Amino acid sequence: MLDYVKLLILGLVAVCAAIAANYARDAAYLVHALLIMSAAAITFFYVLRSTGEPKRPVPVNQYMDGPVRAAAIATAFWGVVGFAAGTFIAFQLAFPALNFHWADGYLNFGRLRPLHTSAVIFAFGGNALLAASFYIVQRTSAARLWGGNLAWFVFWGYQLFILMAATGYLLGSTQGQEYAEPEWLTDLWLTIVWVAFLALFMGTLMKRKEPHIYVANWFLLSFIVTVAMLHVVNNLQIPVSIFGSRSVTVMSGVQNAMTQWWYGHNAVGFFLTAGFLGMMYYFIPKQAERPVYSYKLSIIHFWALIFLYIWAGPHHLHYTALPDWASTLGMVFSIVLWMPSWGGMINGLMTLSGAWDKLRTDPILRMMVTSVAFYGMSTFEGPMMSIRAVNSLSHYTDWTIGHVHSGALGWNGMITFGMLYYLFPKLWNKQRLYSLSAVSWHYWLATIGIVLYASSMWVSGIMEGLMWREVDAQGFLVNSFADTVAAKFPMYVVRGLGGVMYLTGGLIMAWNLYMTVRKGTVRRDMPAAAPAE
Amino acid sequence: MEDSYSIMRIFAGSWGLVFMFTAFLAVIVFTLRPGSRSTHRDIANIPFRHDDRPAGDTDTPEQTRQIKEARQ
Repeated sequence: MLDYVKLLILGLVAVCAAIAANYARDAAYLVHALLIMSAAAITFFYVLRSTGEPKRPVPVNQYMDGPVRAAAIATAFWGVVGFAAGTFIAFQLAFPALNFHWADGYLNFGRLRPLHTSAVIFAFGGNALLAASFYIVQRTSAARLWGGNLAWFVFWGYQLFILMAATGYLLGSTQGQEYAEPEWLTDLWLTIVWVAFLALFMGTLMKRKEPHIYVANWFLLSFIVTVAMLHVVNNLQIPVSIFGSRSVTVMSGVQNAMTQWWYGHNAVGFFLTAGFLGMMYYFIPKQAERPVYSYKLSIIHFWALIFLYIWAGPHHLHYTALPDWASTLGMVFSIVLWMPSWGGMINGLMTLSGAWDKLRTDPILRMMVTSVAFYGMSTFEGPMMSIRAVNSLSHYTDWTIGHVHSGALGWNGMITFGMLYYLFPKLWNKQRLYSLSAVSWHYWLATIGIVLYASSMWVSGIMEGLMWREVDAQGFLVNSFADTVAAKFPMYVVRGLGGVMYLTGGLIMAWNLYMTVRKGTVRRDMPAAAPAE
Repeated sequence: MEDSYSIMRIFAGSWGLVFMFTAFLAVIVFTLRPGSRSTHRDIANIPFRHDDRPAGDTDTPEQTRQIKEARQ
């Protein structure tokens, strides 16, 4: 019966999307309508094929690892795509001729830049978080994922969101808010997927067999809940037409700016920090084979982060129309955030106490530890840059770009690589990875790439900031804007080379993971029962 | 509009602040409460149980006993 309801809904969606495509007022909307139509049609036939067939019994005494595998593959795939896009636009900045005339309006820097940021944050990071939450919540709840095929809906629904966002950027559909560029139709679809994700996660937690909720799940749950709240509030829009992608934002002026950066900073705080801390609190203990250093500290880390992060957004709006008290509040809370961030970093690093020797032999653990070190470094740099006096130098310069990348490449990237290297042999039931020396290659390429990236952006950003504010004896500005652009050229080339190294590392990882699945030796010692401790 | 802004602003800076801060302190005091050490040690070891299969009817008696112990 349920199958017939599904078929009815899917058929209706496909027909409505086809009608919408016919009436589409702009190219982005047309493509989105066609994407929705195809997705609904494919799902329709998929459901149709199994309708009326005898249902296969659900293996209740097994974990549901299919969606974890799919999300892990998607993570590696989108990672390489996002790194490639980033490397390309880095060279576009150094060599403007790469903004090809024949592709003007589609592949120029302005169109590709949101494609790169969303590909790495939401496609690479988002799929990594899907894989991590599906995997961790099952293992730490000792329960199979709740809701039958809901996890598959979340996974494929999220991929559709990524495709809609990416095609929208290239066709110029954007609401102009950083990290929240997708327009209303894409936003609505993400909201539906996200509510399903929340239901899936909560449902699994509720049927858990462990009496307590492990700390990684607290972080992951806060990530899901907060992102839902941020996404809905920052995307309060009124569409101009239901057949067009344009919309008008409900808030205006400084309220809109404040809401945007409340969203923007908490996207960093809850998507890129809380979610990935959930990974850290599960995968580092697993790889180091010892429990987290201090469980009490992890709880305090969690609550301090939750109570503080949400207030830090205004530091993006120093010296603007925002009231002074609000930007001071943002600055103070950013500085207080030092404490929980470093508490969490120490907790992650000290988990290795007594097992530091493993760093010599285990490149995966080395990757995870490096990621925690970068977490500490960028959560030190961030609060410092939020201080008004520092911000007056750093804001609008490449320093900000460098800071973001030391966090994103170092912390988010490295912990995700570590997770993928841990997950692939587990999920495909292999003895070990195909090549550990390839992991070492990846590790060093990525680390040196980040160092090149961050240091060139420090030099470039501080130089740029100093050049902008330099005045002569008469009080005239010494440099024109174009002077700073010309001066930054060598640093842009170095940054691009750092990107090439990071991308090469990503390609090596993709090859290594593929070979692990294809050629890895099968795990023989399948334990009949999980070890007790 | 003007007025509701001031009211919210004053509330946020007084009772709101007191509530948030008290709640935060309460969480920390509860976390550090005496006698929580063994509970926390048990929770910290959750990742090392049930790695391959969910807990269920097919569990060995050894595992069932442990889950029961943890629940007490």
